[in-house]
Parts: sequence; C-alpha cells; structure tokens
Amino acid sequence: MGEFLRYVQRNPSLGWGLGILLLLLLFSTVGRIFVNKDDAYALATIPDLPPTLDSEYLDKMGEVQGFQAKLEQLRLAMRPTFGTDSQGKGLLASLVYGTGMTLQIGAIAGIIGIGIGTILGFVSGYYAGSLFDNIVTSIVDVVLTMPGFLILILIASSLADPDELEVAQMGLIVSVTSWAFPTRAIRSQVMSMRERPFVMMAKLSGMSGPEIILKELMPNLLPYLVMSLAQSVYGGVMGSLGLQGLGIGDRRQPWLGMTIYWLNYYAAFLRGMWWWILEPVGVIILLLTSLTLISFGLDEVANPRVRRRV
Amino acid sequence: MRLQYILRRLAFLIGVIWTAATLNWLLPHLAPRDPVVEQITQQVAMQGLSADALEEQIASRKALFGLDRPLWQQYLDYMWRILHFDLGFSINNYPTTVNQLIAQSVWYTLGVVGTATILAFFIGTLLGALLGWQKSPKILSALIPPLMIFQATPAFVIALVLIYYLAFRAKLFPLSRAWDMFITVDWSDIKFLLNVVHHAMLPALSLILVSVGGWGLGMRAMMVTVEGDDYMTFAEAKGLKGTRLFFRYALRNALLPQITSLAVRLGTIVSGSTLVEVYFQYPGLGSRLNNAIGTFDYYVISGIVFFLVTGIALTTFLVDMVYPLLDPRISYQRGT
Repeated sequence: MGEFLRYVQRNPSLGWGLGILLLLLLFSTVGRIFVNKDDAYALATIPDLPPTLDSEYLDKMGEVQGFQAKLEQLRLAMRPTFGTDSQGKGLLASLVYGTGMTLQIGAIAGIIGIGIGTILGFVSGYYAGSLFDNIVTSIVDVVLTMPGFLILILIASSLADPDELEVAQMGLIVSVTSWAFPTRAIRSQVMSMRERPFVMMAKLSGMSGPEIILKELMPNLLPYLVMSLAQSVYGGVMGSLGLQGLGIGDRRQPWLGMTIYWLNYYAAFLRGMWWWILEPVGVIILLLTSLTLISFGLDEVANPRVRRRV
Repeated sequence: MRLQYILRRLAFLIGVIWTAATLNWLLPHLAPRDPVVEQITQQVAMQGLSADALEEQIASRKALFGLDRPLWQQYLDYMWRILHFDLGFSINNYPTTVNQLIAQSVWYTLGVVGTATILAFFIGTLLGALLGWQKSPKILSALIPPLMIFQATPAFVIALVLIYYLAFRAKLFPLSRAWDMFITVDWSDIKFLLNVVHHAMLPALSLILVSVGGWGLGMRAMMVTVEGDDYMTFAEAKGLKGTRLFFRYALRNALLPQITSLAVRLGTIVSGSTLVEVYFQYPGLGSRLNNAIGTFDYYVISGIVFFLVTGIALTTFLVDMVYPLLDPRISYQRGT
C-alpha cells in the first residue's frame, strides 16, 4: 500500500483518476444506505423542490424508537437534499442509483469490447500477415471509419423495442462498436513485442503459437490491457450516455443520461432549476474525467518511456 | 506505385460505403419491429379504420416499398437505388423523399460542424504547440486540466451548461432554434444572416470546447517528440530566433500527424453535433434524426446515418489523397 502511494505521487493522473472513481463508487454504494430506491423513480416526492432538508422528518427522527425506524426517517428527510425534478424524483437517490447503473452499462460494454479485442488482437498480431490477420484488420479499419455512435443509433432504434432496454441490453448494444479500437491497439502492441528476443527464445525452445500468446505475451501486456479496459469502459459510458440523451432505453430508469434527457424534455433551464442541471452534469464530468485520467495514468505504467519524454 | 495507393484507398472507401448500406438494409430484417406495420397501426388507431382495411393497407404499402418480393431481389434493388443516391421515402410523410429531408437540413449541420472543426483545429493546434514548447511560460500548463475535462465530456452535456449560464442567465445568446421565431426569413438580408450566425454560435461553441482538447493534447505530444529531434538541436545551435524555431521547425513538422487524425475526429464531432442539435432544437440533420427515432421512421434514420457515414468516408478519402502531397516522406508502396 505504501509503495503504491509513493508510485501514485509520481503518476498523479492515475492517483486523481482512481481517487475520483473510488469516491463515485462509494457515493453509489454507501450512499444507498441513506436513500430509498423508490425515490429515484417518478412520483416519489413533491416535484420542483430546490435542495433542502425535510426538517419535519428530521424532527420525527428523535421521536421514533429503534435504529431501523430512525434510519427510515433520515432517508425521508434526505429526499430533497439534492432537490427534486419535475416528476418528483429525488435527485440524490437518482444520482446514487444512476451512477452505479451507468457505470455498469459502461463496464459491460467495456469488458465485452476488451474480451473480443484481446482475442482478435493477439491472434492477428501474432500471426500478422496471415489471411486471418488481413480479414480482421480490414474489418477493423472499416468499422473505425464509421462514426460508432451513429451505428449505435441505427442498431438501437431498429433491433428491439428501444423503450424497454435494460442495463445489460444497453451494455450489449454499446459493445457492438467497442471492440474495434482495442483490437487495433492490442494488435500493434503484440506486433512490436513479437520480434523481441524472449519470444524468439520461446519459439526456439519449441513452444507453440497459442502457448506463446498465453504464457509469454499476455503477462507482458497486462498493464496495457488494463489501460485498454479503462478506455473501453469510458467509450461504453460515452456511447450509452449519447443514446440515453436521445431517449433510447428505459426512460423510467435513473441512468445519468436519462436524467439529462428529462431535464431537457421539461426545459429545466427555462425554469431556473439549476440543481437539476448542475448535479447530473457534475457527476457525468467526474465519472468520465476519472476514467480518462486512469487510462492516461495506466498508459504511463504500460509505456514508461512516455513518462520520461514528457 | 502512386496508382496502387489510390486504388487501395478507393477500395477501402467502397468497402465502408458497402458496409454501411448493407447494415442499413439488414438491420430491419433482423429486427422484430416492422416500420410499415407500426406506422399504419398507429394511423389506424388515430383515424379508426376497420381491421380488414388495415391488412389491405399494409399489403399495398409494402408493395409500394417493394417489401413483398424475395429477399435477394430486395437487397439488389436496395443496392441499385443506393448507387443512384436514392435513399427512399419517409414512411411518416410519404411523398417526401429522404433526400429532400436531408437537403433541407444538411446546411445547418455542415455550417456548425464545419466552422467548429476549423476553429477547433486552429485553436487546439496552436494551444497544443505552445503547451509542448519548452520555452512557453509555465502558467500555460494550467490549461491542461480544463482541456482534458472538456475533451472527456460529451458535447451535449457541455451544451446544457452553456444554455443555462450563457443563454438563460446571462441572456448573451438565444436559447434554441436557428433564427428568431418572428423574424422574416430572407437569406439576402444582412440582419437575418446576423441572427442566424448568432443562433449558431452556442452550438458551435459547445462542439469547439470538446474538440479543442483532442487537437491540443495530440499536438502537445507531437511537439515534445519533435523537440527532441537532432535537427532541432542543430537549428538551435545555429542560433536561429525562437519564433522561427517554433513556427518553421517545430510546429510545421509536428502538424502532419494532426491531419491524419482528422477522420477519427470528424466522426466524433458529427456524433457530438447530433445530440447538440437536439438540445438546441437546431434544425440540422441531428434533429431530423431524433424526430425520426421518435416516430420510428426507419428510412429516414438509415438514410441520414448512411449520408453521414458516406460524407465522413469521402472526407477521409480526400485527406488520404492530399496527405502524400503534404508529407513527401510517406511511401506509396504500403499506405500507412
């Protein structure tokens, strides 16, 4: 732990990124103790309230007996702490549950993307120049030239009933475009590593291709794979936010993008409801910035030469 | 050699367009949703036609769109029409073609995205060059965190904050639309044109803010690399002036990789503008797309997506064609 802290001092991007992400994770997990899940959905409470504490319930907290009852009063009092929207959702509950769900969508897309990217990238990088490699690179080139988000719109709006998409389905849809970039990046890393002496050595000692990929190349590229995962999760969150911003997905859910969709739908800015705008925007910025910082920081871990250059 | 390079790029361009067209055709066939049936059932629900008339209507509408023929024939038919830039009709307002809808809205998108891309390129590149230049004042590095934050955030989220603070609170810019509701539309009137520009500023600003970071950080990294090169040390040893070193030696050489990243960035900025337009109710392609999603007007959705994909692929192709002229070091044998 001490060693890690000392390392983070030399690599502030990683430190900040991990710190902010940890904070958000705490917010969306420990935060659940202080809110009711129902408050994150419409018609939970009085609409259009600016941030306040409901003192009525706070007073009752002293009167009721037992820990559970006291906690329930506290939750009711906390409902409007972050304000409420015009459908009567408590924004605190909405953000607590929404942050976790949004990150989950991104993580599903990211993990699928990295999974496919690792397999395709390693195989086509190790067997560079083969037919398989040629097919993979051509497909990746074509996919990367098309703006991924527009393809996501096309798929999401035609494949299923877009209003019913849940967290897992949202993640699956976004993962359609999230594999191409990791494939290209991992392939080029593998290609540069393929010519190193230790791989030659393994080849000479009679290891097979798949064995070299699994035992020699993979462990050496682990930091790079983790960095690609952070990038991929970032891409997944971005893609799903965009779709939600257009109202694609289950609009009743408190996902961050859906909160943005509704605040635009009910023109929160025309009513001066600053809390409804600034709070989700703030959380989105923190979430995306932390993921970017983490991938910057891990890039330094994966390519130490970058650090010395800058 | 040169011909081979051009042919490879051309094959790639065709590959992208073919893939986009095939996706457009394939997706609705895989989907459980039927745009025609959905549209007509909705109309029936509103106008109250009888059920047997419904079957008839669906059949006749499907025949109209050629959906009653065998699949392979439909596919070839679709490809043939795509080759002639015929993107079909809007299901919603039938006699209108998708091409007409695109023609109405494309100029708004082109104006905003074009201006934003050019401005972001110049501001970002210059800023990045200064950030990477060792002799720049240290205070400039305070710009890096905000650049990174803007770059990491989606444009429509930035747009919301801009709408709230600059348009609603400070009243510096209009809240939405392409021009004032009560102004006479006259494209030769300077007052009207100024009004149009005024309305385009905030959407463009949100796109510029998110893309400056990408250009800037990319340029900074390249500048740092270039600065370490031997010819820079030599030029410095010759006693050349700082400005000459900066512009003629460092910036010029660091600039080239920026141009190759244009294709990727165009994709990002076009996707970004789709949402920004929706949030500003700006009448470009993004808003059209959003309306079509709301009513599930599939041919309009796929038509606009196809149009944008083709546009970006064509721009990339043109950049690829110009690039070897800018950088004589690039070899034609194996394109990069």
